[in-house]
Amino acid sequence: MVGAHWLTLTDVTVRRRGKTLLGPVSFALNGSGLTILMGPNGAGKTTLLRAIHGIERLNDGRIEWHDPQDADGRAQGFVFQQPVLMRRSVLDCIAYPLRLDGQSAVQAREAARAAADEVQLRVNLDQPVFLLSGGEKQKMALARALVRAPRILFLDEPCANLDGHAIIEIEEILNRVRAGGTRILMSTHDQGQARRLADSVLFLHKGQLVEQTEGREFFSTPRTEAGRAFLKGEILL
Amino acid sequence: MNFKTLLLGAVAAVISTAAMAEDLKMAVTTSFANSGLAEVLLPKVAEDTGINVQLLIVGTGQALALGEAGDVDAVLVHSKAAEEKWLAAGNGTHRREIMYNDFVFIGPKEDPAKAGAAEAATGALQAIASQEAPFVSRGDDSGTHKMELRLWQAAGVEPAGDWYRAVGQGMGAALNTASGMNAYIMSDRASWLKFANKGDLGIVFEGDPVLFNQYAFLPVNPEKHPHVRNDLAMQLEDWLVSDTAKELINGYTIDGQTLFVFNAEQ
Amino acid sequence: MNSIGEGLWQAAQLIVQLDSDLVEITSLSLRVSLGATIVASAIGLPLGAWLAVNRFPARRLVIALLNALMGLPPVVVGLMVYVIFSRSGPLGVLGLLFTPTVMVIAQVVIITPIIASVAHQAIRELWADYHDLLISLQATRWQRIRTLLWDGRRALMTASLAGFGRAIGEVGAIMIVGGNIDHATRVLTTAIALETGKGEFEMALALGFVLIGLAIAVNLALHFLSRTERGARW
Repeated sequence: MVGAHWLTLTDVTVRRRGKTLLGPVSFALNGSGLTILMGPNGAGKTTLLRAIHGIERLNDGRIEWHDPQDADGRAQGFVFQQPVLMRRSVLDCIAYPLRLDGQSAVQAREAARAAADEVQLRVNLDQPVFLLSGGEKQKMALARALVRAPRILFLDEPCANLDGHAIIEIEEILNRVRAGGTRILMSTHDQGQARRLADSVLFLHKGQLVEQTEGREFFSTPRTEAGRAFLKGEILL
Repeated sequence: MNFKTLLLGAVAAVISTAAMAEDLKMAVTTSFANSGLAEVLLPKVAEDTGINVQLLIVGTGQALALGEAGDVDAVLVHSKAAEEKWLAAGNGTHRREIMYNDFVFIGPKEDPAKAGAAEAATGALQAIASQEAPFVSRGDDSGTHKMELRLWQAAGVEPAGDWYRAVGQGMGAALNTASGMNAYIMSDRASWLKFANKGDLGIVFEGDPVLFNQYAFLPVNPEKHPHVRNDLAMQLEDWLVSDTAKELINGYTIDGQTLFVFNAEQ
Repeated sequence: MNSIGEGLWQAAQLIVQLDSDLVEITSLSLRVSLGATIVASAIGLPLGAWLAVNRFPARRLVIALLNALMGLPPVVVGLMVYVIFSRSGPLGVLGLLFTPTVMVIAQVVIITPIIASVAHQAIRELWADYHDLLISLQATRWQRIRTLLWDGRRALMTASLAGFGRAIGEVGAIMIVGGNIDHATRVLTTAIALETGKGEFEMALALGFVLIGLAIAVNLALHFLSRTERGARW
């Protein structure tokens, strides 16, 4: 299936309160692995991720999943920039998606324990989630997103508020998830992280898709003025 | 009647071999309830007839309204004109006079308006009005309030002004207000004697026959409200006019004072 | 003040002696107000959550209505319930007037808007936190409300307790629909009104202290219960 498109966006546009946040954006994704969304703050990365996941209403355009299994929202996991903390124990937070799917508490907790293990969340899982550190919270969110064994994983700036050690841990987890065959779409404005992880790159600027590369060429040979400026650190907003 | 109710009835009959207490709801005025006479009469009623009388303590106006709606089985009130109007509207079967007590004028012990010097009740009111001494009125359309208004009318005085305070509450609350303001007020004797918050007040005028206050018993009309326990009401009426009741009523005193005079036609 | 001291002393005496009348009216107070709180919570909590989560055209109207009902004087509620359950009223045949059942009904009418309104406030905040996650996880509408009710249970308990507080201290409505009948429908608040009317301030105050103690005891008991539960699960 290498080379076959699995996701196509056509003229996707999101407007809110008279302002265009995104688009019109058109592109197709093929191949597997991890796609990095790059771009300065306000470029529309978050909006694009949310739109693809189906939690942002489109004003125009369409999004097509070529495999109906991918299209099911339950086959997609989403990690928000600010982890959503439920008022529950760590274990019950992670188990929550499976409880929605109708699994018994015992079953769901068992799977949640495995997911916590997978992301190397080695804390007392019975404590309230708000007691965790920033890195641990993000791991919890990651475990929660992975507990349904998603085909697609979205991450919105998952390392924005983390220190170096926690960032490395998250990246190791993402490498393992990718190796397991899950497609990953992740936004970041950290160039170092993007270079380490990217299989392909989408570069957004001012709500528009400016560059798309199949590999990491974006970082060595950007084709656009905006891309070059961004990599040199000249565009921050 | 189905099998289940029959069974329940049988079980109930076995359990309560003695006279099974039956509930009768009677609306009475606050003045009657405050007198404490009910606590003497009702246990004896239960003993003699097996009727458990449940009292709803309200003003005369509300008591008659409850009877009109069929929410009680009988009423015991003291406002003849209102009672007769109520009967004429078909709300009750008849009116049976039971007993009377009397009203007294309460005021500051030093009696600044000299109401106590008056010959008649109307004179006492005129004295209070001419001095514009503070006067508390129930103002709640109760039997006591209606009596008070009739007396003002007879005295030829229009009670109005800063000195006249209509509180729109029951006898006890009105007495509390009068006590707080050191004001004049008209009260039934029983409520006054039982009242615990007298302050500097005392009886300033009493004894005029126009102040007599007739209590009457009125069963609610079962033709209008088939569910009312007219049978129990009739039993209660028979008891209320009996010699037993006569003795208890005439013998009831507070601080050595007789409160009620039994005057039913037996 | 002397009366307050006297009242406290009388309250202590009544409690120590386990005065049978006191036990009777206190337990009826508790049964009526707890019953009303349970029924009103069963209606008000989901209603509040539902209003927080759903957008529909009449939503603002319903919220405005709740807020207006919250300010309704209990006497008015009592009168309306009386008119309905009076023998001459539409539900008179049920014969419920002057029974504890109709007292519960009146109190449900009084406290449901409070419970729903406080719950709505609490759930709206929680919903703002959870919104993206629940949408992302494709929780159904019913699952969302259940999750919010469960995770907001502490705030919701506060809502219920606010309702209970209003119910246990309420006198206007139950006086009218209950009738304050001795040994049948007399509760603490109506007994207090009665004693005040007699000028028996010490006795009224004593009952008032019992009422305050009862309200505090119920609050503490619920907080204690909810904490032990958290200890195990949280």
